[in-house]
Amino acid sequence: MDFEDALDQFDPALGLEVHVELNTATKMFCGCANAFGAEPNTNTCPVCLGLPGSLPNINGKAVESAIRLGLALNCQIAPYSRMARKNYFYPDMTKNFQTSQYDEPICHDGYVDVEVDGETFRVEIERAHMEEDAGKSTHAGSTGRLQGSEYSLLDYNRAGVPLIEIVTKPVIGAGAKAPQVASAYVAHLRELVKALGISEARMERGNLRCDANVSIAPKGSHALGTRTETKNVNSLRSIERAVRFEIERQADVLADGGSVVQETRHFDESSGTTSPGRPKSDADDYRYFAEPDLLPIAPSPEWIEELRATLPEPPAERRARLQEAWGFTDIDFRSIVAAGALDLVDATVAAGAKPAHARKWWVSELARRANEAGVELDALAITPAQVAGVQRLVDEGVVTDKLARDVIDGVLAGEGEPQEVVEARGLVVVSDTGALSAAVDKVIEANPDVAEKIRGGKVQAAGALIGQIMKEMKGQADAAKVRELILEKLA
Amino acid sequence: MAVTPDDIARLAGLARLRLSEQECAELAPEIGVILESMRRVQEVAGDDVPLTTHAVPRTNVFRDDVVRPSLTPKEALSGAPASEDGRFRVPAILGED
Repeated sequence: MDFEDALDQFDPALGLEVHVELNTATKMFCGCANAFGAEPNTNTCPVCLGLPGSLPNINGKAVESAIRLGLALNCQIAPYSRMARKNYFYPDMTKNFQTSQYDEPICHDGYVDVEVDGETFRVEIERAHMEEDAGKSTHAGSTGRLQGSEYSLLDYNRAGVPLIEIVTKPVIGAGAKAPQVASAYVAHLRELVKALGISEARMERGNLRCDANVSIAPKGSHALGTRTETKNVNSLRSIERAVRFEIERQADVLADGGSVVQETRHFDESSGTTSPGRPKSDADDYRYFAEPDLLPIAPSPEWIEELRATLPEPPAERRARLQEAWGFTDIDFRSIVAAGALDLVDATVAAGAKPAHARKWWVSELARRANEAGVELDALAITPAQVAGVQRLVDEGVVTDKLARDVIDGVLAGEGEPQEVVEARGLVVVSDTGALSAAVDKVIEANPDVAEKIRGGKVQAAGALIGQIMKEMKGQADAAKVRELILEKLA
Repeated sequence: MAVTPDDIARLAGLARLRLSEQECAELAPEIGVILESMRRVQEVAGDDVPLTTHAVPRTNVFRDDVVRPSLTPKEALSGAPASEDGRFRVPAILGED
């Protein structure tokens, strides 16, 4: 069933679980470095390896980050909460339990307002709790995937890295905008944790991971249907696609008289579809109990207020302030937000570029390249300062707008700073009359009829020659100068 | 509510313990006695006794976010039954991708 038909008959409901990996220097319960990309098993110790007799110790900075995030999500901060053991057996979890929180999350009952096409949706937060990440498994053997693999290899560098899991209440009433609300919500969280400085928030590295619960119910029934949980959807675009696909798929199942199976599902990036994972089973009985090795967390009201004072400007207020300062229309400004370019444009303006120029480079030129490369905009190998540098070269007349794109190519290819790329690639605009004159003569000679027209007073025919001269000069000619020369020669 | 051998078998499964039918049958009344004793203790504790999970009345025991030396990979892997490429090698797990 296509999306419109599905929405005619059913109301979708969402539940989003987002895991945020904190950027603390050390892990949640031990002093091992919290670092991405280290050699396997170089950041482990008896605690995060779950060796007998080892005792965990809470990272105070992680608690601080959790409280600050809770406050930014308009949550209540629990005056008393405990860690809990979530018991299950899986090789990525050394202790055979994950240290998490259960019935006493540190943050609860908050909300965020997200905007989709100018319309505001309130997403209510049920809880945000602290827990630890698992190790990383690689499935070895025939295919590299789990199916058909002979064994798995485990790296525990990530085991014990602090996580905050943020769980929404059911998001209902978004209708056809449900997929966009889901991705706008995750984009909002990403912006928030970056502004708080508590996570690198790079989705392609798994710093921010989303599990999307989707259910549908007959239109107007105000009921909640059976939900599926699509695991680890790891880009904003994928979240939108996964939610959309699940709505369509579940509508098909129900329309055929079937029922939706409560299960976890996997999202396939290439096809944009989800496939069944594991149905709910006995193994989901985690037998939680309070962690006896860790003492309760009881933040004082004074500490909470101290942390509240460190919160950054709320994203909505910041957007309003920037739009005003930059003088963009709603549509232009929204295109920046939608491209995930707000921080980048802000930093580019701070580095000296005009807002319109900063927007142009990030939203059209660089967003296209990020899209082609399949990465997030901020993962491109160019900094806001370099983009401002490219624009400065245009402003100073060193390169044309067109050549500036080559400069960007060079920076992205790791050829150095914009000025270095210009020199290495010889991209400087030629306004030296000698070199230009030769090219102009050559093109005039090749086009006697056009030249005759210009001599006869049809000045606008010069355009045809300018194009050819620019080509001759590989785009590096100063167009105004070329025009001047043509008219001079054919006067 | 009496603990049945089936309850024991299910818990044993969750805890990855291999128990025979006879062991389950024997353990059911034993666990039952423990639970019954706990129930009786709960009767004694009035509303004025707070739920207690920790014997020490302390909170907010935190560590500074300062990196301390980790084990070397060799040390980390020293107790592993099998390893490969600096990683722990374990049998393939089915049922989850």
